[in-house]
Formats: sequence, structure tokens, C-alpha cells
Amino acid sequence: MAATIPEFMGYLRPDGKAGARNFTAVIPSVTCANDVALAICRQVQGTVTYLHHQGCCQLPPDLDRVTETLISIGKSPNVANVLVVSLGCEGTDHARLVEEVAATGKHVEIIRIQELGGVSKAIQAGTDFARRLVIEASSCQRTRCPISKAVMAIKCGGSDATSGMASNCVIGYVADKLVDLGATVIFGETTEFIGGEHLLARRGANPQVGEKILQIVDEMEKRAKSLGCDMRKGQPTPGNIAGGLSSIEEKSLGAIMKSGSRPIQGVLDYPQAVTTEKGLWIKDTPGREPEILTGMACSGAQFMMFSTGRGAPQGFPSMPVIKICGNPHTYAHMSEDMDINAGLIITGEKTIEEVGEEAFQKMLRVLSGEMTKNEAIQYFSSIDIHMLGPVI
Amino acid sequence: MALNIALKVNDLDNVATVFAEGVSKGQEVEVRDKKGQSWIITVLGDIPYGHKIALTAIPPNQDVIKYGEAIGMAARQISKGEYVHVHNLDSKRGRGDWKENN
Repeated sequence: MAATIPEFMGYLRPDGKAGARNFTAVIPSVTCANDVALAICRQVQGTVTYLHHQGCCQLPPDLDRVTETLISIGKSPNVANVLVVSLGCEGTDHARLVEEVAATGKHVEIIRIQELGGVSKAIQAGTDFARRLVIEASSCQRTRCPISKAVMAIKCGGSDATSGMASNCVIGYVADKLVDLGATVIFGETTEFIGGEHLLARRGANPQVGEKILQIVDEMEKRAKSLGCDMRKGQPTPGNIAGGLSSIEEKSLGAIMKSGSRPIQGVLDYPQAVTTEKGLWIKDTPGREPEILTGMACSGAQFMMFSTGRGAPQGFPSMPVIKICGNPHTYAHMSEDMDINAGLIITGEKTIEEVGEEAFQKMLRVLSGEMTKNEAIQYFSSIDIHMLGPVI
Repeated sequence: MALNIALKVNDLDNVATVFAEGVSKGQEVEVRDKKGQSWIITVLGDIPYGHKIALTAIPPNQDVIKYGEAIGMAARQISKGEYVHVHNLDSKRGRGDWKENN
């Protein structure tokens, strides 16, 4: 059979990347600018904002991490142009934020609340900037893009025993197919490698990658052990335990199913975007949704495939999230939040391949503009940036 | 009555996952593996949907195996047909409470 190479209709950006969405990103450079950014977004259609809690009174490595994460969000292919909302006295390097996003050829504006004379004046100035930016963005047209420009982020949340036996296997199928088609796939949740890291290390593209995987898992486990307790209830969560997962090892062995079976090219730091090298990558992140969704969005992923058993409805402002539900009862109960029913694998009505193909077709439609269920109901504001050190 | 199904993922596994509602003591479950083989085990206690049943006896400190890998160890003697979960399975990882491992 002559297989045609799949394509999607995306927004080609000046740096050659292809977006699945075309938002004006209103980025608060610090948590103190959140309400101004939110007010602008409520007024101007076509905008999204990122209500995070960082950017001041943190140690320099964490401030760099905030700056670099926000830069990567601005550079994301789903973002057409950017309005930075700054208070004026924060620790985030907002000048660098503007400069590095603008270097990709995107139009970037900045407003500073203190300089403009307060909140209401900043909302007015920001609204006027945002109106001009969305009008400018709205003239972008979708064009045919090869599937090799797709970057898929993957994640599982609210896992139960069905996750590792159905929904994660479906994502693994899609991951392998995308890698074979020359696209890029990123998975993370380093905590959920504990107990399965030897299997991942064997898949390193070279021995250094294998070593690095073992190292990030060891660091994560040491952080967990440093409080002197059994990590159960933290990981696995009470919900995981109620869903039949007895230990972090069991959760991990199910979780890594979603990475498929292809070689792992390397490990990306939290704020880091993917390089030009395609294939399967790991991003060093915790498992909690607000932080991993942000970390994945700043990888340059246009979308995420998210597996769940108990019913996790999370999303991200500028990255559509396709929900694959492994538990047939949860799917029946929460079908308005779940995009794909992988519970049919558990009931024996469909195979992993059949549901995998269904998910792949859904992915092509979402890349081309079809909304996911979380986008349609705008369930995507609960986000944050993963920090290493204390707030001081 | 609907058949009570439990799925065994890997040949090495000594537990299977029950995908049936309300499985209770004395009932039978049909264990199926990926090769299409199946056999019957009698359940020794109530097992909720998505939870595990022991396919063999597992002595204390022996590995509990699923996906062909250790998911922890038996915290005490586990009998064939017994419900396996946090009450009789100890995780071996992330144990900040185990001084000897720190």
C-alpha cells in the first residue's frame, strides 16, 4: 500500500516552525502583573494569558528559569505575537524576554504598570496594544505543513490501573508513529521513571543519554527522600492508590508505556525548547500538572496528548490538550472532558492499534484547528513554572 | 452473571489486574494473558475494579511482579487469590523512612 505522508494545516512562523494555534500571548513577567494581563485578555479576543506565581524574591537560578520559561512560551509556534506585562521592579529579566522573543521575527510589545501610572492606565494601554496585535495576527493563514513539523508533548495524570494498560499504550502507539514519520515527541515526569528508569536508560541513543536519565531520576528520588518519609500519598497520589496503583514503581512502569519504544535522543532542561534534532526526547519535570504543562508548552510542542484513568481535565492556555481516557467507567461519566475513549481496550472491544489510529487522526485535526474539549470550555488557566529553590 | 476478568500483562507477573465491579470473597475470576490463555482463580477477599489479585503465593520480602518488573515487595505472606495492594505490598523506592537506604 502506498502510504501518503500525513500533513496538517498550520501557521508557518518566521523561524520556520508551524503553529496549530494563532494566539496573541499576553505574558505577565511577574505574578504582580497577573490581574492586568487577565483584564486585557477578557477585553480582547484572540489573546491568552499565563497566570503564574513567580518572577520576584527568588534566587538567581530560579529567576533565570522564569525568564527562560517565559521566553520559550513566547517563541512557541502557537503564539503569533506577544504583549509582555511588567510591573517594573521585578526580578524577571523582561528586557531579555522582549529581545529574545523578537529575535524569532515575532512582533513583541511591553507595558510597565509602574511607568504607566497604575493598574487602570496599564489595562487601557495594554488593551490598545493587544487589539492591534490580534488584528495583525488574524491575517495569518494556515498552510500545508509536513507532519515532521509536529512536536507532541505527552503526559499522564489522574492515573489508575487502566492507564498503563490502555490509554498510555495508545499514546505510545502515536509516539512511535510520529517518530517514524520524522516528527518530535517529548515526555517527562521524572518522578514517574522511578522503578522503570533501567528500561528507559537502555533506550538512550548513546551511553551518555542513558547515564543522564539515571542521573535525573536519582536526583528526583533524593529530593523525595530528603523529607524522611515514604513518598506514597505524594506519589502515587491518594487517587492513584484508590485506582489500584500500589507503589511508585507500578505507577512508573505504566507511565513509561506512553513513551512508546523508540530510542531517546536526549534530556531537555525545564525551560528548554526542542532543537532541530527530531525524534523522542525527555524533559526533566515533576509530574504535577501546572508545572509540567508549562514545561511542555515551552518545549515548542503544538499540542499535548494526555492520558488519564480517573479523569483529569487540565489544559494549557496556548497548547491544546487531547485527553485519552483508559477507564471505560470514567469515560462514560466524564465524556464531556475526554476526547478519546481508550476504555474500549479494557473491555476488549478495540485494540491499542485501532484506538491509536483514532487518536492519530484526532491529532491531525487538532493540529489543523479543531478544538479539544478542554479548549472549548476554556479549562486551562491553572498553570505555574517549576522552581528549584525557595521564595525568599 | 457477567464474567469477572483479570488481565495478566507479562509472563513473569505474579499478579493480575481485576477489571470487574464488586468482586468478592469466594467468587471466581477468569485470568487472561496476552497469548490468549485463560484460567480460573478463586478470590480470597473483596477486590475493587482495577486492583490486583495474587496469581501465586508470594512469600514476605519477595518481589511483586507486574509488567515483568518488580513493583515492590510482599510486606507479609500473600496467598494465591489474595487482594494485593498497599496493605501487603511495600514500595522499595522513595523510602526516606528507611534509614539504611539513605
